[in-house]
Amino acid sequence: MSEKKLMSGSHVIAEAAVRAGCRFYAGYPITPQNELTEYSAAAMVRTPGGTFIQAESEIAAINMVIGASMAGARAMTSSSSPGISLKQEGISFAAAMELPLLVVNTMRGGPGLGNIAPAQGDYFQATRGGGHGDYRTIVIGPASGQELADLTRKAFDYADHYLTPVMIIGDGMIGQMMEPVEFPDPIDIKKLPTKPWILDGAKGRPSRLIRSLILDIALEEAHNWKLVKKYETISREITSWEEYQTDDARLVVVAYGTAARIAKGAVRKARERGMKVGLIRPITLWPFPSRVLHEMTGRIKEFLVFEMSTGQMLEDVRLAIEGRANVHFYGRPGGVISTPEEIAGEIQGLYQSRQLDGE
Amino acid sequence: MAKKVFTKPKYLKDAVFHYCPGCGHSIIHRLLAEIFEELDIRDRVICVPPAGCAVLAYNYLDVDMGEAPHGRGPALATGIKRVLPDRIVFSYQGDGDIAAIGTAETIHAANRGENITVIFVNNGVYGMTGGQMAPTTITGQSSTTTPGGRNVQRDGSPLDLSQMLAITNGTKYIERTAVNSPKRIKDTKKAITKAFRVQMEGLGFSLIEILSPCPTNWKMTPVEALKWVENDMTKFFPIKVIKDEVGKI
Repeated sequence: MSEKKLMSGSHVIAEAAVRAGCRFYAGYPITPQNELTEYSAAAMVRTPGGTFIQAESEIAAINMVIGASMAGARAMTSSSSPGISLKQEGISFAAAMELPLLVVNTMRGGPGLGNIAPAQGDYFQATRGGGHGDYRTIVIGPASGQELADLTRKAFDYADHYLTPVMIIGDGMIGQMMEPVEFPDPIDIKKLPTKPWILDGAKGRPSRLIRSLILDIALEEAHNWKLVKKYETISREITSWEEYQTDDARLVVVAYGTAARIAKGAVRKARERGMKVGLIRPITLWPFPSRVLHEMTGRIKEFLVFEMSTGQMLEDVRLAIEGRANVHFYGRPGGVISTPEEIAGEIQGLYQSRQLDGE
Repeated sequence: MAKKVFTKPKYLKDAVFHYCPGCGHSIIHRLLAEIFEELDIRDRVICVPPAGCAVLAYNYLDVDMGEAPHGRGPALATGIKRVLPDRIVFSYQGDGDIAAIGTAETIHAANRGENITVIFVNNGVYGMTGGQMAPTTITGQSSTTTPGGRNVQRDGSPLDLSQMLAITNGTKYIERTAVNSPKRIKDTKKAITKAFRVQMEGLGFSLIEILSPCPTNWKMTPVEALKWVENDMTKFFPIKVIKDEVGKI
């Protein structure tokens, strides 16, 4: 039986994780995501078989999660920007060792210590791998409490199915905003598919090895191509996005997460003012919904990328569009939260300067 | 009739050790394989090898192995053990791994009293990378990054991590041994066996520090290296039971 609850985004992720069968959380305090850690502490204590560890560092936390994943548990950690930088070594190892796990990044203003306000400056870090070496992680950018609930479950399913770390990126706004959320029923972890690769002691079977050291260059190259093949499959199978009022649009705004919610408000305002404007909201940031943008260039020649950064997803939009349309950018880094009116003003200025209101 | 005097332990794989002549790792691996058999625990053991020469332990020990990033063994082992509390989980770590880059992970796993075992192989240098100064390089000892010898003013003193760990509440059994003579090898085996028993009884964190020769990086013959362990290393790292809250087990 599903139930509707009013909860903050960080709590939603933690609750959704337990319901998705997550039984291991390790984390380290950092604002603005402590509510996720704290909720997990309580949730794991009351969940049979659940483990919560407040780790001595972000580095220890991700490695505890790696260990838990090796042992077969659905496991996660969460942090905010500077803490995610520290976890990148572990994420690279997990990608190399093909271990399923979930990392949540509640992004804050940066670089450096920055501030604790909502920002989207970690897009490159998340979508380009972040750590060392040739790898990708699945990156999901939810934009509502309900999506946090739904996509947290999906994140664990993706991780287990594709054997790869998955990252959810949000910010303090989506993390702290209270919204009504309907949770899916808890998973019976005994019914999850068995994992024939875990380390649980070699009882009645040959011993297993989970490693990332591959000294033989031919084998390491083969491993790299194997990962690439997997990433191609992931791109084919899970790329997702939301299209809003794009059918007759002459200008399409591209934004994700919190920025997309602001942009949606702006698109509504622009529509009220008679402008034919739509929104593309990538839900998976890696794999990026390149094809939908590319195909749109047949009828739409003006795109406006809006990010709470100096322009990172912008590069993916440009790569998708391949010069077939004009790509404009509006960004507010450093923790500034734009208003829908502000973005509507940008849309209007562009609409007029590109003379989109003609026949 | 010929009498069989040597047998490869059951849980040592059929692989030729890559370790240098006179290296202590191969002796320690053998001891572990013997102990898995004697305690009948091979089916329950999960080993966490480190970055360093012993990363290739998985080529030799026939147990489940999950490789850790450099220094992170105790954190990773914590994750495994918490999910599978009835398994026997141990990390195998060198001095640089455990007492430099992984100091925090080691101290906190110990302080939490994680019910894991750590095999800490102290050879006083970073072996795999070519013999740089380790936290345990002894005063005056030459390494590729302490030409002319470790200078306390410049490089600090050798770090006695085992002693540091002993003051935390979570540690139950810590012993320092060596593998430079048959007697010491036997003692090492006894100590490791006890450490596993501590874990099997659910008593808490156990660690065996093993002084181990590295003739290649010490630029010595294997015999000289064994003597160096005995005469020089033990001055800074005395062979002894450092902490025993368990007693007979």
